[in-house]
Amino acid sequence: MPGIPTPRVRHRGLTVRDIALIGMFAALLAVLSMPFAIPVGPVPITLQTLGVMLAPSILGAKRGTLAVLTFLALTLAGLPLLPGGRGGVMPFLGPTGGYLLGWVVGALAIGLLTRFMLPRYRFWIGFGSNVLGGVVVIYLIGVPWSAIALGDGMLATIMSTFAFLPGDLIKAALAAAIAAAVHRAYPIPPAGRPVAANAADSA
Amino acid sequence: MSMLGLYVPGDSVLHRLPVGAKLLVLLSAVTAVVAFADLWSALGAALAALLLYPLCGFTFRHVWRVLRPLLPFLAVIALFQALVGDGATAVRVCAQLAMAVLLSGLVTLSTRVSEMLGLFERLARPLRYAGVRPDRVALVLALTIRCLPLAASAWQASREAYVARGLRGRPHLMVVPVIIGLIRSAEAMGEALAARGID
Repeated sequence: MPGIPTPRVRHRGLTVRDIALIGMFAALLAVLSMPFAIPVGPVPITLQTLGVMLAPSILGAKRGTLAVLTFLALTLAGLPLLPGGRGGVMPFLGPTGGYLLGWVVGALAIGLLTRFMLPRYRFWIGFGSNVLGGVVVIYLIGVPWSAIALGDGMLATIMSTFAFLPGDLIKAALAAAIAAAVHRAYPIPPAGRPVAANAADSA
Repeated sequence: MSMLGLYVPGDSVLHRLPVGAKLLVLLSAVTAVVAFADLWSALGAALAALLLYPLCGFTFRHVWRVLRPLLPFLAVIALFQALVGDGATAVRVCAQLAMAVLLSGLVTLSTRVSEMLGLFERLARPLRYAGVRPDRVALVLALTIRCLPLAASAWQASREAYVARGLRGRPHLMVVPVIIGLIRSAEAMGEALAARGID
């Protein structure tokens, strides 16, 4: 709206509604780990990384990252929430443990990148930030980790490129399409309570 | 899904140890063996970890369940090192991986989910100086466990409808309504909590 100066509003903390949203998306991440999650073709694919991209692109950086952290905390505590009924401390110390830690940083990156284009979510920018945060950032942490665990950097790189990369690129596009539709249909207000920006400065 | 998770009831020394101590020992043992990078100590540590299973009352089935996800990786390492031709490194890396996974399996199998979650809540307590409310950590963990069956059944229902209508090839048509439904129920849950004075 040109001409009318809108008061700058910042959002602080988390309301109880934000906490319910965090819990719901952490649960959604667990559901996406089931092998039958989406019917595409004969190969059963799991969609955890789709959830890792969806949570920050729909909820924003703060709530999205906390949803991923909550999911990982419940997994670490011993609930079998990862594909194949895995869970506990084992996946975190195994060869792919770095990817799990990478999810947290990746979700944060996607959330921060997504914020620049809101309130209108555009597919291509969303796809770009999903690739940057959900693939590049996660691999930057996951590949060196598996290089140490597997004892060879080349092997780790080959594994990530051939086993994970094609699926992750498809999921980045899928997540952007879903997030764009959700933002159009049901925009979620930002996390926390609104606080006037200048009031916070003078206080 | 049962709230027992991967926990196996028992009354060994390991079951009675506090979870924080178990995790500390686990992390220092794994760090030490990986940093030491010696073939024989890695093999010895893996063997010791394996021997702890019967001592703590676990059976071969538990060992198998812990090790099975690791098998493809062990096969890949063996194949790769057979091509490069460094057998000693291959054995050392496999032993390190087996040791790390077996030891962490011991911790998970002998610790209740609630005990581990209690540790996380205690660890989150100092964060209150950074503005995090520790009771909220407990609340979000409990809410997520409540949301699990909710999200699973919503997903399942939508998936069945998608298949029954014969829709093919555009899976996001199925996902978007589920997510919007879940967001709405989360907001209703938030309102219910706020109405009970939690805010």
